[in-house]
Amino acid sequence: MESARGVRRPRHEQEAGAPQGGDATARDCRRRPTTRWLLRPGRRAREQERPAAARPRRRAQGAGGLNAFKQVIDAPVASFFASCVHCGLCAETCLFYTETGDPQYTPIHKLEPLRRTWQQEYTLLGRLARLVGLAKPVTDAELEAWSPLVYDSCTMCGRCSMVCPVGNDITMMIRKMREGMAAAGHAPEGLVTATQRSIQSGSPAGVKWVTVQAQIKRMQKQFGISIPVNQENADYLVLMSSWEILNYPEYLGAVGRIFNKAGATWTLSEHAYEATNSGMQIGASDLARELVGRIVKAAEDLKVKCVISPECGHAYTAIRWEGPNLMGRRFGFEVKHILEVLDDLSRTGRLKLKGSIDKPVTYHDPCQISRRGGVHQQPRTLLRQFAPQFREMTDSGVMNWCCGGGGGVSANERAEPLRIISFKRKKAQIEELGISTVVTSCANCRVVIEEALEHYHMDVELLGLTELVAEHLAED
Amino acid sequence: MTGLELLIWARGPGLVLAVSLCIFGVILRFIEILALGRKADLAPPRQSSAGSGWRTIATRSLPPPGMLRRAPLTYLGGYVFHIGMAIAVFFFVPHIELFRGLFGLRWPGLPNSLVDIAALAAIVALLALLIGRMVDPVKRLLTGAGDWLAWALTFAPLVTGYAAFHHLFGNYTLTLALHILSVELLLVLLPFTKLFHAFSLFLARWYNGDIAGRKGVAT
Ligand code: SF4
Ligand code: SF4
Repeated sequence: MESARGVRRPRHEQEAGAPQGGDATARDCRRRPTTRWLLRPGRRAREQERPAAARPRRRAQGAGGLNAFKQVIDAPVASFFASCVHCGLCAETCLFYTETGDPQYTPIHKLEPLRRTWQQEYTLLGRLARLVGLAKPVTDAELEAWSPLVYDSCTMCGRCSMVCPVGNDITMMIRKMREGMAAAGHAPEGLVTATQRSIQSGSPAGVKWVTVQAQIKRMQKQFGISIPVNQENADYLVLMSSWEILNYPEYLGAVGRIFNKAGATWTLSEHAYEATNSGMQIGASDLARELVGRIVKAAEDLKVKCVISPECGHAYTAIRWEGPNLMGRRFGFEVKHILEVLDDLSRTGRLKLKGSIDKPVTYHDPCQISRRGGVHQQPRTLLRQFAPQFREMTDSGVMNWCCGGGGGVSANERAEPLRIISFKRKKAQIEELGISTVVTSCANCRVVIEEALEHYHMDVELLGLTELVAEHLAED
Repeated sequence: MTGLELLIWARGPGLVLAVSLCIFGVILRFIEILALGRKADLAPPRQSSAGSGWRTIATRSLPPPGMLRRAPLTYLGGYVFHIGMAIAVFFFVPHIELFRGLFGLRWPGLPNSLVDIAALAAIVALLALLIGRMVDPVKRLLTGAGDWLAWALTFAPLVTGYAAFHHLFGNYTLTLALHILSVELLLVLLPFTKLFHAFSLFLARWYNGDIAGRKGVAT
């Protein structure tokens, strides 16, 4: 069931391929309580059957959560909390609020337990209040109650961080808050499962190397190309997300065709083919580090010059922006998103495109690639070469709206009803343009949008940009 | 204590005390924040982030596209209040005289009629923002005692100042004394309330701009 295109696992088993908030914060958590307990299957389920009072380990984890909170608070976080004037503007930027009108989805409210920890631990007045018993301590029950706010109703899309008038990077704080939530045992089951599978089998969807091999064979046959594996000294190490392996293997075929044409040397690695990182999404930096470490080791063993993050938003954040901070060192190779590589090749004349798409198309910016990753010009430069009728949505580029499934939300079964509601924002954006071809460059966005299009009976075609580029290669 | 005695205390020792406590508090809060430190980002930046923090300090003062329409009261109320108050505080001639006495700096003032309009606009805006805070469900959820306190601390000097200028209450001396005392209360509490955002937002915006700037995103 792992190889056929279009086959979907039950939602809770699906991949955690989703955008994430990056930020140079991951290393904050290196000395905090471990999240290894996540890897013990069934533990949480068993505990949940018992009354709260009979969960001694859980209380210890609650304390672990508060410890993690304390450790992730740094000067930027303190300056953000100190500056918030409770103006509520961040609510207007968050699709979970705009599409539901429910005030609990106000971005800064999602951080309330972390804010109180800051106040009580790191401000003079807060500490005084705690001393005289006036401060309300953060309880484990409260953390549990906040779990849906921190995991289900935040895709780490970063939009709130663009708008807050005092400049708060709320998204970065939610990434940090998840560290404490995971340590306290309040991460959602779907993400826990995905993380367990990633650590154990290398992929959140349990995709094994034999599956990749099957897809390699298929793509070699379909496109008449050769796909190098475990080759040393190549320019590029190509990674994939589980979604690409399972649902969009054409991505691999496209990369092969483009690189062959451009004369670039590249390789896949048997030891690191999966780029997604549910450790980062769940907020477990120790596990995130292990997952990134596998890629770093493979890249260094193969002595490649550059590691290419696939069409997956959070994978890019995990390797490009969090990776070196998780590992505690700079890498000896570059990390680029596939769109950056295609743009480089096109600029240097090694990638020539021709032909044109004869209909209006628009581009859905994956949050982690555009707003949180800085790759927002490249897709437009590429698209304009063969899509003369390219049109922008209102609120595009770094102000684009999320598909609703980033930040691990798509892997979190509990969040599904809310995710479908929040898609109304993207739906309105597409309908406003009145066109029926949307291009994007994140496999998770693709899966989330495809599902929602089906749900809302929308007749919209969704295309992956790398595949489109491969289809418009100029023959010479 | 008569109104005059109160005024003399407020203009003399009271003012010195309040300004000193305010400066002390601001420094303390900055240390509290900055002492937490920040780890170096080991991910190589897409581009140098030099300047991006400063740019965000400036650009965050403007509403991003579409936001003005989504939250007109918050933005317009915010602008009118902040600008009106700044004019009243820094361009009212007697205030400039005071700053000259305290810090030795002086600059030209604005005509009283203009300052009067600015102060009134700020008062009206503050009232509108207060009503907005009471009726908007998001703001109601976020609002706590600290927000009401911050509002009252800001409102008092504006109203007493306006009243003193127009001799609204019978006893001018007492009104003026209350005006100065309310400013002093504001100064003393500013570092320890939400009002500290007047200082900390420079840090917050700078960090935000710097973090995003390294990734090649202008915020
Ligand atoms: S927009 Fe910023 S200042 Fe306003 S409530 Fe949200 S976090 Fe606080
Ligand atoms: S990052 Fe996006 S989803 Fe999360 S709180 Fe901010 S606007 Fe909402």
